[in-house]
Amino acid sequence: MSNLEDLYREVILDHYRSPRNRGELASPPAIRVEGFNPLCGDEIVVYLDVQDGVLVDIKLTGHGCSISQSSSSLMSAAVKGKSVEKVRETIATFKQLMTVHQASLDEASAAEPLDLRALGELAALQGVVKFPVRIKCATLAWNTLSQGLDELE
Amino acid sequence: MAPGRTVSSFDPRQVRADTPLLTRVVHDRTITYLDSAASSLPPRAVIEAISRYYELRHANVHRGVYQTANEATAVYEGARAAIARFINAPGGANEIVFTKNATESFNLLAKSWGAANLKAGDVVLVTEMEHHANIVPWFQLREVAGIEVRFIPVNDDYRLDLSDIDELMKGVKLVSVTAMSNVLGTINPIKEIAALAHRHGALVAVDAAQSVAHFATDVTDLDVDFFIFSGHKMLGPTGIGVFWTRESILEAMPPFLGGGGMIADVRTDGYTPASGPSRFEAGTPPIAETAGLGAAVLYLEGLGMDAIAEHEHDLTGDALTRLALEFEGRVRVIGPSDLESRGGVISLDVEGVHAHDVAQVLDQFGVCVRPGHHCAKPLMRRFNLSATARASFGPYSLVQDTDVLLEALSHAVTMFG
Repeated sequence: MSNLEDLYREVILDHYRSPRNRGELASPPAIRVEGFNPLCGDEIVVYLDVQDGVLVDIKLTGHGCSISQSSSSLMSAAVKGKSVEKVRETIATFKQLMTVHQASLDEASAAEPLDLRALGELAALQGVVKFPVRIKCATLAWNTLSQGLDELE
Repeated sequence: MAPGRTVSSFDPRQVRADTPLLTRVVHDRTITYLDSAASSLPPRAVIEAISRYYELRHANVHRGVYQTANEATAVYEGARAAIARFINAPGGANEIVFTKNATESFNLLAKSWGAANLKAGDVVLVTEMEHHANIVPWFQLREVAGIEVRFIPVNDDYRLDLSDIDELMKGVKLVSVTAMSNVLGTINPIKEIAALAHRHGALVAVDAAQSVAHFATDVTDLDVDFFIFSGHKMLGPTGIGVFWTRESILEAMPPFLGGGGMIADVRTDGYTPASGPSRFEAGTPPIAETAGLGAAVLYLEGLGMDAIAEHEHDLTGDALTRLALEFEGRVRVIGPSDLESRGGVISLDVEGVHAHDVAQVLDQFGVCVRPGHHCAKPLMRRFNLSATARASFGPYSLVQDTDVLLEALSHAVTMFG
């Protein structure tokens, strides 16, 4: 079961059982964005309260598998209170994590090694890359957040 | 190719031994295949029939005069005759059209027969438990012809609600219904529905994709008008489907896809379509696939459809009982809990665990189940579900498969508990 434990790490199960930042924000003024994964029916709604270039608050509703739900919860914890610029950086880093082949994660000599420490708890999701069909579950919330930030501009 | 078996000798362990894929080891466990509702596993006889065709007889059909071309045509037409026998088509092989899959068969029905026979305001009556293949082509026809698509509701006991059927039948020209739900396992009373539809002057189409490999089919006795299924859900290969209708209806249907093979004549001022099934088989058909499908029919006939039905009925009863006992409500079956008119498709909703996670954990035990909406979103909405994890049986399934399923399910429940 080692593969399975790699996917379902304790941090992930914890965020699945007790998701952070669940709920809604009044919209407007908050931005409301919907994300949808037609393949498995996962749905997510992201509410963003951005003031003076800072993501002051973020709330999430929706339903889906443990990977999509924990990824959205972990995401909300990672980006809340950060500048929009910093949030975009985190999105880029996370999406890089989701596209990096497992081998290069293991390789210390990889050209541009990902700084997993900078990802904090988000690094728990790195096991997802071993399960290609689940990557879309993990990235749903992030793509939705990214779309929300685009609407700001 | 002779099956050499009789009904009384049906032995699922022999079917298992005949099925090469079931020896696969995945994640250090022998595979437990419980996804026959999505696609069934071909026995060696089917795989060898396809190989033999390519090794010895491959040529295009209906054209050459040389020996192997004649043999290829014989393989192709032989499969047509085998299918006609298998479903007891009253008019024989002339009523069997080969398509790509059941979905294409439904598109043939809607876009040829439907477009020619239905006008604005006419109603096609389907059910809430249909696969998208028996919904979307009708919505597409609605866009161009203004027909109405109406749904027979599904009861809380996962059966069709026919209590208001006389009202629902008003204006209906076609009732198009699944013989067995690919989500619920519910087997619908096709013969009764056909009689009722005919009383109201409507024709009846049947989606038999889930039923044809699991219990005996007799379209003459059912007295239906269209019968649709696919090869790969009946131990045959992918890439081939079947469309049956009465010869009188088929002869009046306009061509569907145009091209070679479907014409009687082509001139510079137009064309004359061929008669019979060829009219709907434009281009080089899936010849090797018919070799496989013909072998699958022989294999199923050798096992005996009644014996298969009885075996899967027993497996389903055992699984339903043990699921209820071992999980005490934490695992809910989305489908009839009684065995009457119910097939071996078992959709599971595990409390607190999403279907994708269930299937992911099961995969580590080598268990193949299908998570998702199963191309039946109206039904999922009806029961307020986004996804289920579906286990389904085939003639090679054994009680041991259920043992592994339950072991893996326990692990999933504990892990997310």
